[in-house]
Amino acid sequence: MSGLLLLIPIALGMGLIGLIAFLWAARSGQFDDPDGAATRILVDEDRPLPPSENHDSEE
Amino acid sequence: MMALNDSLSAGCPTRLAPPETTNAPDSSAFVRRVGGQNRLGLTIRGAKCGACINRIESAVKALPDVETARLNLSTGTLDVAWRGDLGANTIVLAVSTLGYGVSPQDQSRNVSDEQREERSLLIALGVAGFATANIMLLSVSVWAGHGEMGEATRRMLHGISGLIAFPTILFSGRVFFRSAWNVLKRGHANMDVPISLAVIIAFCVSVSETVRGGDHAYFDATVMLLFFLLIGRFLDARVRRKAYVSARELAAMANRTVTRLAEDGQAKSVRASEIEPGDRILLSPGECAVVDMKIDSGLSEVDDSLVTGESVPRTTFVGMSLLAGTVNLSQPLQGRAIGAASDSLLSDIARMLDAGEQRRSTYRKIADRAVSLYVPFVHTSALLAFLGWLMAGLGVNDALLIGVSTLIITCPCALALAAPVTQVVASGRLFRSGTFLKSGDALERLAQCDYVIFDKTGTLTLGTPRLVDEIAPDILSDAAQLARASRHPFSRALVEIAGPGPIATGVREFPGLGLEGVIDGVTCRLGSAEWVSVNPGHTTSSSLWFAKDDERPIQFHFADHILDDAIETIRTLQRAGYGMEVLSGDREEAVSDVAETLGITKWRAKASPRDKVQRLEELQAKGHRVLMVGDGLNDAGALALAHASVAPGGAMDISRSASDAVYSGGLASLPRLISVAKQARVVMLQNFGFAAAYNLVAVPIAISGHATPLVAAIAMSASSILVSLNALRLNTMSERL
Repeated sequence: MSGLLLLIPIALGMGLIGLIAFLWAARSGQFDDPDGAATRILVDEDRPLPPSENHDSEE
Repeated sequence: MMALNDSLSAGCPTRLAPPETTNAPDSSAFVRRVGGQNRLGLTIRGAKCGACINRIESAVKALPDVETARLNLSTGTLDVAWRGDLGANTIVLAVSTLGYGVSPQDQSRNVSDEQREERSLLIALGVAGFATANIMLLSVSVWAGHGEMGEATRRMLHGISGLIAFPTILFSGRVFFRSAWNVLKRGHANMDVPISLAVIIAFCVSVSETVRGGDHAYFDATVMLLFFLLIGRFLDARVRRKAYVSARELAAMANRTVTRLAEDGQAKSVRASEIEPGDRILLSPGECAVVDMKIDSGLSEVDDSLVTGESVPRTTFVGMSLLAGTVNLSQPLQGRAIGAASDSLLSDIARMLDAGEQRRSTYRKIADRAVSLYVPFVHTSALLAFLGWLMAGLGVNDALLIGVSTLIITCPCALALAAPVTQVVASGRLFRSGTFLKSGDALERLAQCDYVIFDKTGTLTLGTPRLVDEIAPDILSDAAQLARASRHPFSRALVEIAGPGPIATGVREFPGLGLEGVIDGVTCRLGSAEWVSVNPGHTTSSSLWFAKDDERPIQFHFADHILDDAIETIRTLQRAGYGMEVLSGDREEAVSDVAETLGITKWRAKASPRDKVQRLEELQAKGHRVLMVGDGLNDAGALALAHASVAPGGAMDISRSASDAVYSGGLASLPRLISVAKQARVVMLQNFGFAAAYNLVAVPIAISGHATPLVAAIAMSASSILVSLNALRLNTMSERL
């Protein structure tokens, strides 16, 4: 019985953390553009490295 | 490499949507100033993939002073914020040169209502999901410990369940309570009434059971019910939001601006809605008239293929009336507005659209019909169970418990999911093949059609002229040097064959006649027969003449080209038993040619927008369910009025808004769309069948008093999963008409 009193709040607390994270995500608009979010990860934001002069000069 | 890619592909690189080449409208009147920041919302058409996001956002961010640029792919909205005096049109131009359609959004209207509704449904769904999972955790231990668990422990677990369920029902149940209350006030009933009743009664009975220390509490079933129903509601809202986006494209059309000339000749760009009859208007080359106008001065050629379907441009004269939707081709024109934007042809068509929408809204969805049969059934069986057991001598408490369990178990979980899940799966499948559905019930209506009406220009044909003759390469390249300076469709067709190259020196365009320029020191002319001094007797309106100095002029013939997949598509539809007809605003010989080639026996030329609507009404009065396929402004009224309607991706925005679906993969998408619609209908009916069969099993169990919370939980989730899995079958069915 005393085990339950400890475990149930822990279980609920963990669920609650998940729920709060979800609410935060939904409120901050992260589910507003599911199509875009799915493809944005493929967008290549890398730029070519700037010509690194110091690397050459060290040698 | 990047630059090479850009120049090769205008528009979306996946080709899910065709590139757009229309002139972007003036957007400076739509900039809002918020705290020193300029903001502009733009509707982007043709952006369908991640590469589009990257191209558009980086093009806009590369402009000076731009702070944020974010494209929402789901709604097709680009939000830009900047400081300083960067012009709105620079932004619009940056996007439209990439090959996307752009129009400004009037954000004084509240555009985010649908989005807010969807978000609040998602949050309600999340809360219900959390509660379902946690209450189920406690319920499982109650069921597992049945017979061994002490009363105190059970009561505590039920109590905690109740404490979780109560705020959840208040929060997530609002959606149903509010809608049920609104309907009840007006003396009607909808699906939300039995849902609300079941949730409230089940909760109250469970509370009293908990207090009494009874065996069964239905907190888990109650919350689970809300969870499943909210999934259906959320999917439905998502499909509807997509539809709302297309409706906004129509509003964007009315957001075009007009260049008004003050009495002193000063030009100012104003919104179309501010134009009053008699205002002086400047129509630049490439611009589309937004209000009906009468020409005062200037000589040019206009393309009214969008308005009438006529494929050959007309030469203007002073005093000529231009209808809204006409595109000016070569020289600036000045004129006076005949009517305000609100009584132009455009708004006439908008009114026809409204009428069509209203008629369409009287269409009763299969789901609604199923529910209206269902609601009385649920209530009577629950009431009968309660009364029956009461009369059989059971206590009020136990009889009530059986009544409530009947109410819960018969609650329309599977029914609420049957239609939305099918629609989401079907529209997702169509989306991947380049067809976009505007509304969920469009699928049902598409599946019912038995007669197809096609527009000609732009639907069965390419919509732009193509060169027919074989021309010697040197002559073609000379003619193209002149043609590159012109917007005339024939010139564009010449340039398309000839490819990129130089422009002759000193090219001048003479509206109604042709072009003149100097190539290698020789004066050349390209234009009508009289322009090159040929006897115009043996010439038709679809040809151009090219003359180099004193050499014999050479004739170029142009014709509109039938789409490659049109013949195959028409055959497929004919084999499937569809009646067919061509209704076009174009000349008789052009229409009869196309109809004959395609093997369509019924056709009509020179049909005005009103003729099209009349013909449609005639057919529908005969009991036909008509599918309209068209792209022009002149089709919009008919598109809105037809039982179902489809427009190609290159259609005018107003026509796209008026239709139920937009396809971009060529005409062959049409049989595919119809076959998916038919399959979706079958799957939906199967789903309702499953829901009914489920009740045939569940109701006797419940009435006999064997529906414990465990049975209710299993039955509810099993039926919902079955219905969802059945809908997923749509993805693997082969397309056959």
